[in-house]
Amino acid sequence: MTDATAQDAMITADGTPLKVSLNRALRREKLRALMLIAPLLIFILVSFIFPIGDMLIRSVQNGMVSQVIPRTVTTLEDWDHTSGETPSEEVFQALTRDFMIAVERKDHTRLGTRLNYERTGMSSLFRKTGRRVDDLGEGYTDQFGDLDPAWEEPMTWVTLMGHPDWIAAQAAWDGEGAEPSFRLRDGVADVLPRTAEMYAAFAQVVQVEDEDSPTEEEPWHIVYASLYEDLQADGVDVTSLSAPILTAALEGSAAFETQSMRDGFIEIEEDWADPEVWGTIQAFSSPVTAGYFLKAVDLSLTPDGVEPVADNLTIYVELFWRTMWMSMTITFSCILLGYPIAWLMANLPDRSANLIMILVLLPFWTSLLVRTSAWKVLLQRQGVVNDTLVAIGLIGDDGRLALINNVTGTIIAMTHILLPFMILPLYSVMKGIPPSYLRAAKSLGATNVTAFRRVYFPQSVPGIGAGSILVFILSIGYYITPEIVGGTKGVFISNRIAYFISDSPNWGLAAALGTILLVVVLALYWAYDKVVGIDNVKLGG
Amino acid sequence: MKKTSILGTSAIIAVAGVALADGHMSSDMILVSWGGAYQASQQNAYVEPYIAQNEGVTAVWDESSSEAVAKLRAMNEAGNVTWDVVDVVAADAIRLCDEGLALEIDHDEILAPGDDGSSASDDFGDLIVSDCFVPQIVYSTTFGYRDDLVGDTPPSSVCDVFDLAAYPGMRSLERNPIANLEWALICDGVDIADVYDVLETEEGQDQAFAKLDTIKDNVIWWSAGADTPQLLADGEVVMGSTYNGRLFSLIEEQDQPVSMLWDWQMFDLDGWIIPAGLSPEREARALDFLRFATDTQRLADQAKYISYGPARASSAPLVSTHADLGIEMAPHMPTDPANAQNTFLFNYEWWADYRDDLDAKFQAWLAQ
Repeated sequence: MTDATAQDAMITADGTPLKVSLNRALRREKLRALMLIAPLLIFILVSFIFPIGDMLIRSVQNGMVSQVIPRTVTTLEDWDHTSGETPSEEVFQALTRDFMIAVERKDHTRLGTRLNYERTGMSSLFRKTGRRVDDLGEGYTDQFGDLDPAWEEPMTWVTLMGHPDWIAAQAAWDGEGAEPSFRLRDGVADVLPRTAEMYAAFAQVVQVEDEDSPTEEEPWHIVYASLYEDLQADGVDVTSLSAPILTAALEGSAAFETQSMRDGFIEIEEDWADPEVWGTIQAFSSPVTAGYFLKAVDLSLTPDGVEPVADNLTIYVELFWRTMWMSMTITFSCILLGYPIAWLMANLPDRSANLIMILVLLPFWTSLLVRTSAWKVLLQRQGVVNDTLVAIGLIGDDGRLALINNVTGTIIAMTHILLPFMILPLYSVMKGIPPSYLRAAKSLGATNVTAFRRVYFPQSVPGIGAGSILVFILSIGYYITPEIVGGTKGVFISNRIAYFISDSPNWGLAAALGTILLVVVLALYWAYDKVVGIDNVKLGG
Repeated sequence: MKKTSILGTSAIIAVAGVALADGHMSSDMILVSWGGAYQASQQNAYVEPYIAQNEGVTAVWDESSSEAVAKLRAMNEAGNVTWDVVDVVAADAIRLCDEGLALEIDHDEILAPGDDGSSASDDFGDLIVSDCFVPQIVYSTTFGYRDDLVGDTPPSSVCDVFDLAAYPGMRSLERNPIANLEWALICDGVDIADVYDVLETEEGQDQAFAKLDTIKDNVIWWSAGADTPQLLADGEVVMGSTYNGRLFSLIEEQDQPVSMLWDWQMFDLDGWIIPAGLSPEREARALDFLRFATDTQRLADQAKYISYGPARASSAPLVSTHADLGIEMAPHMPTDPANAQNTFLFNYEWWADYRDDLDAKFQAWLAQ
């Protein structure tokens, strides 16, 4: 206590306490150090951390359903798909509204594509429905028109729905630039909630998407249908809007013939009557989904819960497993081939060692694609290796070996490509093992084998560790070589990921597969640290 | 008389061009295509004449058509679309249009009428498979076989691909269910009219895969159009499927002992789209280029460099001889009546629905 008080009391020449002054100096130093590594830090952040984070988010993100058809999703909550019945008319009314807006914004086909990942046929269901959905509710438009032709005048609607200020601003607008954006009249949303919502949506779409004016466009049929619904609702009182035409419509519409939106949809495409279609929409309506991850491990999210996919669809578990064991085989064959070469390089005189070093490094200066394609020429049935074997009579002309477009091809080509990553750490570790140790072991009576086994090999293990980690982690994510020489049985999970990124874009699934691969690699790394210890890995002597 | 009318038309086009130029068109274009001989044919037939007419305009190629959907999606998400005119296959055009990534156009308004006076939409006819798509060529996926490896009776039917007894050896097929499943069913006795109805059922899919099972061990699966020509040239396969233009260049330009098997070729379309969300200047330039590049003469000119059929009906009579080899191109077109006895058109609508599902099944089947 007294010490601390004494320290606190210590002050520097300019009068600040020593502790504060020291802290300030330290902070400045840290800041300077941070500035030095800032470019690297920012680079890693932008090119590595951020994309990985983005990938993690995409693998569960599923906002599209609730964004494109929000009303439908809300009304569908109460529906139970196990009932085996199509949802109520209310859901179809909501769907008509959502669909009309989605079609105008061209969102419905995107949603169809998204849902088609989960259920075949959704893509065309949405596309075909989109072409005809604007006819739904036409009966109401006609009936309102029969009641009073003024209903078919755009200006009737503008007067009824538009805010007086907006109507004035619109009338004063000179046609230059954008039209003033539509505003709803006060109080109309309380009396006619559905109509107000749809008319506002209509006005917005007309202004933004079509660059047209609500004063010149007759509203969509669904606006009329919404008006009918509002007028038929219990206790509706239109007096506050003081519009005679509306009061007349309130009386007149009682006699209208109702139109079922449900029948309308089913008439467009009978799939809308299928509870499974609705089950899929319901199952994927939440903004976050486990669906991609489940699919990535050969399960599927169905309306009835999680189920394994059919046997003729299982592929990803098999591919993950194949990626693992092939990467291990490649790592192991790299150790087998690399160890003697590294030993030779470490023990030969410098001149010869350098020559071998150049030979090891030479492939690095050749394009990866060229090296892989060269293996194609060597290994194919009419290739150099088979030709040689036939020429020396080891195999018959009809018994040519299948060395490429299969597992063998991938292992051979990738072992060759990754070999330097094994040799270099091995070499630098072996370089650091003093030759005198081996001589000492022998002088103490050890045979060559014992001396290698008990003295030399244990000291080279850190090199094997480093080489193995490098080769294994590189090969687990390898893409181009398996794609070219792997055929169908020698491809990795990364080839499927690439397929879902660029060929048949399903980025959610690609992200889920990538995330699983990342987790597997981290888990293996952790296990390696526990078993061997990461401190035992050396990249140099 | 005819001459004057052509002059008249080109004068009108020139005037239209000038009028549009007043609306400030950008002077740089990035065109996206497939690379190789196909892109070269576009460069020769459309781009060079266009640049000759429009001084100061530059066109840069990006060979990214195979990933056009993924890249356009990414550009759109990033809010920075760098491409101006993109060459894609029809299936991708439909997908891009569905996703709102491509510009919807009025074909009659944007495109030049045919030389024979027909409107653009009549001239292209059914080939306008999407509101965003301007068809350019008709190509086909079909088979080629090695003359020296098929014995005395060369294959005459696509079903010979499935006949290992008569034609032993390896085949190459695309690593993708499209066309392969159709061929399998046709050769299993299903009538072409019923193929897609059958494929919609679980049993029909099993039937197609069972047929493919009979040759599964003798197939090398390709993913790049250049694979089959290479495999045929090396004698690795006896027969293989690929795009007809690739086989044309293998047979006629590289003089390999290979012949065409046109039976049940699958027609597909390739054409242009304009990405959605371009600035008005760039869009005006892209539309101007598109109007020029897809007129009757330009489409016919492209056939001088590559054996793909022009998408306009009015271009067919103008197809002449190959620019270097001097041979008549008409008999090498997939649409030539002699070649087009048994054909089917890639069923875009159907595959848009079933692709995700059948592709998963196909890949799982391959991995087994």
